Amino acid sequence: MKTLKILTALAVVVILSAFVVKSMGPKGIGSNGYGVGDMADDIHLKNIDGQFVSFSDYTSAKGFIVIFTCNTCPFSVANEDRIIALDTKYKNLGYPVIAINPNNPDVKPGDSFEAMKVRAKEKGFTFPYLFDEGQQVYPKYGATKTPHVYLLQKTDKGNEVKYIGAIDDNSRSANAVKVRYLENAVDALLSGKSVEVTETKAIGCSIKA
Amino acid sequence: MLIEPIEQKPYYTFVMMKYYILVGVLILMGCKGGKEEVITSTKMSSQVSFETVDYEGLEEYLETSNATVQVVNFWATWCQPCVKELPYFEKVNTLYADQDVDVILVSLDFPDHIERLSRFIEKHNIQSEVVFLDDGDANNWIPKVDVSWSGAIPATIIYTKEKRSFYERSFTYDELEKELKLFL
Repeated sequence: MKTLKILTALAVVVILSAFVVKSMGPKGIGSNGYGVGDMADDIHLKNIDGQFVSFSDYTSAKGFIVIFTCNTCPFSVANEDRIIALDTKYKNLGYPVIAINPNNPDVKPGDSFEAMKVRAKEKGFTFPYLFDEGQQVYPKYGATKTPHVYLLQKTDKGNEVKYIGAIDDNSRSANAVKVRYLENAVDALLSGKSVEVTETKAIGCSIKA
Repeated sequence: MLIEPIEQKPYYTFVMMKYYILVGVLILMGCKGGKEEVITSTKMSSQVSFETVDYEGLEEYLETSNATVQVVNFWATWCQPCVKELPYFEKVNTLYADQDVDVILVSLDFPDHIERLSRFIEKHNIQSEVVFLDDGDANNWIPKVDVSWSGAIPATIIYTKEKRSFYERSFTYDELEKELKLFL
């Protein structure tokens, strides 16, 4: 009888923990990511060319412009040309763009690995466009939407998060942009200054996990 | 934490009962999540109209309401999870109208594709009031809507004069109704 009760208690604990894990799923996970000043773990994600990419591959980089983006979100699409321009401008200065598609293609077929290859070719992406297989990386960052930017600076202690948020102050129309938050942040790091505006917000599509 | 069952039998039994009840509730809640409902309205609207506002214009919808309970949903025609949950907001607007619940649908469609919004409203015969928010400087107004909002849509506010909740998430009809009932 005693054994039965212990077994029942164990079963209940197992069932409960299953629910706890479920309740911590995609809906609630977004707010628990990196903040400015945190060290971002290295990544190991598959690029559209089939090769795996890690921060540690970039020995001469000073940092990284990590952008969670995708094929299907209109705000991501509206920013594609701006992302290419950012990579073109800052890659040579030591801050390459690393784009990561966080969406689960089972939920959003237009964001499959194959579709990523097609889009990257169409637009002539100059940067790695990585697939967050199993949706493992975006929750660590705390990304909630596309596009969502994390600017990292290489330090002795690791890749420090220096800026989180929007590319600029008008994500839907490049012509209406007045303040380029991300560029201002990268420029500050390049000139050895501290970033003035470290966090901004923009409308985006919720990440489809 | 595992409870030592030998010495504390009455307490243990009590705790076990609580767990069983909790598990039952959780299972019920879990089951509700997958339910899908689509409503079709039989009413015909003869005109497609919506107000275009900047954030200043939107504030009155977010701060003061003549209705007892105001539900404000941020969406766009291109946002798949938003479109999926829109019928639930429409249903709430219809079913709870007699309890003075009012639904406002704040569209974040792109200004240069605004005809998509008109077509959508017409095609789906949207009955709730639609407001088109044409204000590009999102970093300025997102935190004003709610400090916790990252900017992802769908997002929803439910408020009364006394109480206010913000949700950066999708709803099923049952989930939405459950939240709404907390305000009634």
